[in-house]
Amino acid sequence: MSREEILSKVNDVFHDVFDDDSIVVVESTTADDVEDWDSLMHITLISEIESAFGMKFQMKDVVGMKNVGEMLDIIEKAVS
Amino acid sequence: MCARETEAQRDSLITFSEVMLMSTFIELKKNLKKDMTGFPEIRMAITGDCATQHLATAVAGAAYEYGLNMSVFDADYDEIRAQITDPSSELYENRPEVVLIDMCTEKLYADFCNLSANERKNFADDKINQMAGYWEMLLSNAKCKVLQFNFPERDDRVFGNYANSIDASFIFQQRKLNLVLMEEAAKHPGVYIIDLNSLQSRVGVERFCDSKLYFAARMPYSTEILPDIAEELMKVIVAMRGCIKKCVVLDLDNTLWGGVIGDDGLEGIQVGELGIGRAFREFQVWLKELKKRGILLAVCSKNDEDKAKEPFEKHPEMVIRLEDIACFVANWEDKASNIKYIRETLNLGMDSFVFIDDNPFERNLVRELIPDITVPEMPEDPAEYLNYLKGLNLFETVAFSAEDAGRTDQYRAEAQRTKVRESFGSYEDYLKDLQMEAYAGPFDKFHYPRIAQLTQRSNQFNLRTVRYTQEEIEALAADDSYITLYFTLKDRFGDHGLVSVVIMKKEDGYAFVDTWLMSCRVLKRTMEDYIVNTIVSTAKSSGFNEIRAEYLPTAKNSMVKDIYKEKGFTETEPGKYICKVDEYKVRDTYIKP
Repeated sequence: MSREEILSKVNDVFHDVFDDDSIVVVESTTADDVEDWDSLMHITLISEIESAFGMKFQMKDVVGMKNVGEMLDIIEKAVS
Repeated sequence: MCARETEAQRDSLITFSEVMLMSTFIELKKNLKKDMTGFPEIRMAITGDCATQHLATAVAGAAYEYGLNMSVFDADYDEIRAQITDPSSELYENRPEVVLIDMCTEKLYADFCNLSANERKNFADDKINQMAGYWEMLLSNAKCKVLQFNFPERDDRVFGNYANSIDASFIFQQRKLNLVLMEEAAKHPGVYIIDLNSLQSRVGVERFCDSKLYFAARMPYSTEILPDIAEELMKVIVAMRGCIKKCVVLDLDNTLWGGVIGDDGLEGIQVGELGIGRAFREFQVWLKELKKRGILLAVCSKNDEDKAKEPFEKHPEMVIRLEDIACFVANWEDKASNIKYIRETLNLGMDSFVFIDDNPFERNLVRELIPDITVPEMPEDPAEYLNYLKGLNLFETVAFSAEDAGRTDQYRAEAQRTKVRESFGSYEDYLKDLQMEAYAGPFDKFHYPRIAQLTQRSNQFNLRTVRYTQEEIEALAADDSYITLYFTLKDRFGDHGLVSVVIMKKEDGYAFVDTWLMSCRVLKRTMEDYIVNTIVSTAKSSGFNEIRAEYLPTAKNSMVKDIYKEKGFTETEPGKYICKVDEYKVRDTYIKP
């Protein structure tokens, strides 16, 4: 799966989790850029991305990811 | 609306674990934005020693699937003690009808680890005292029911398998705690244990929790298991509201036995030791257990009646016998019509029926024509019938009384009465011939469970549909400002047991009928008249010359909308009635006191 494909699928998950199809996330997007992306939503997002990609984040990822780009790095590594 | 199983399982779900997956957490969350106009409202409060926000979302979302508009007060993190012990807390301010206490195993373990070796031996006993204390405070401070999670088992393996012999090991104390939780719940009417441990053992710890979520956010449950937990909660909540299964309608060929009785004959059908007969025998054992719990069994089969009955009468390895069947229908009519006939005979709501048939054509026909009935999508292999049906957990209940076990006999006696009735010239002659005798008395402790259960179950003949727990019934019985009455009825065919409940509140200058409900089994026997006579005479002897009464309409109780008027009360405004005791004409009945 290419990084672009991963990003596109991640966008789908965001639409689903935030119930808002107008959201567009890019590599540099952070929690501050998306309305409602609080710590609770973050947990839901983590779980949904895990099930969408069939992978597991580590705890350090959950507390340490700084932007969507870092999220993509981890997914890319796990699914390659 | 308890038809969710039927809808969700149309897509032929077979294996056990798949059955549990009905909605995702995201789907439940989206439900919260949907239109719930017209849905009955229910107020719930959750207090836990872990993060409960997502659980609250999942439960409210699952409530939508059951046609309920649930508002959830979700207390702040780790405030159980403060919320419950302070009568002016936010929890009580929200006047919840249901309170969920969510204590997690992770916290339990942390508490355990802080104790000395000596204290550990008493851990379960100390913990249960604390928990029972919470329940009692909740029950006395709020008119609510309490839902308590038990503790999903986690063995720390510090002692390995030897932990089973060490009373100061965590797993020893945790298992003991889960056991004493059951014992204490049995002593506390109004408290219901939600068996998370059972759920965890079905799906496995790996699926049940996600450790990083607990460490990062104090969430003891994985996102993927939240819908299952919400489902368990909702099943108990709708059972509290009277929505329970009361009758299983069974097909025969290849459902109750292997083979076709009409083709294979008595010796050829498989039940017991022959062929795949053990699977059917085990299935029958389970159905018989349901019958003993008070679930009615009915037969709906495309067969000649005498052939269909033959195995029940003559096959030595059949577990279910004719006397276990409340209503037996075997003919060549379509099954939907036959099920409607069974429903009329047993006089139960369609949503309390489950239809079990191995044939997909029949299942689809029945689903199509009777939307309210629950029709499990059966697995192809009869060896899987049992695990599949157990997995659906269709028979949730919140009460059990000794009378439940005899329910089938009562319905069978009713079927006999129907036959006798047909042979009498006039209905009055028939009623006379029944030799009915009734008893009326104030609530007593022997009958508390049955009275509470009737207030929970009765939907049709129920004037105001007020639900009471056993504890509330006990309190009413002891309260001087209430007049309580229960009624039993028997006739020459058998004993109906406790069939009606009346609760009157003593107001200034009049008695108000808070509750009048009656079992539909005894409709139109002049029992209604006997009860109204008793209401009036009891009010009179308590010093009242005026009775006020009310009809509150629900989706199911239209049968009694005019009953007060019919029995001689005067309507003052829509649904409100009044009766002057000294002007009341005692009504004729065929019932002797």
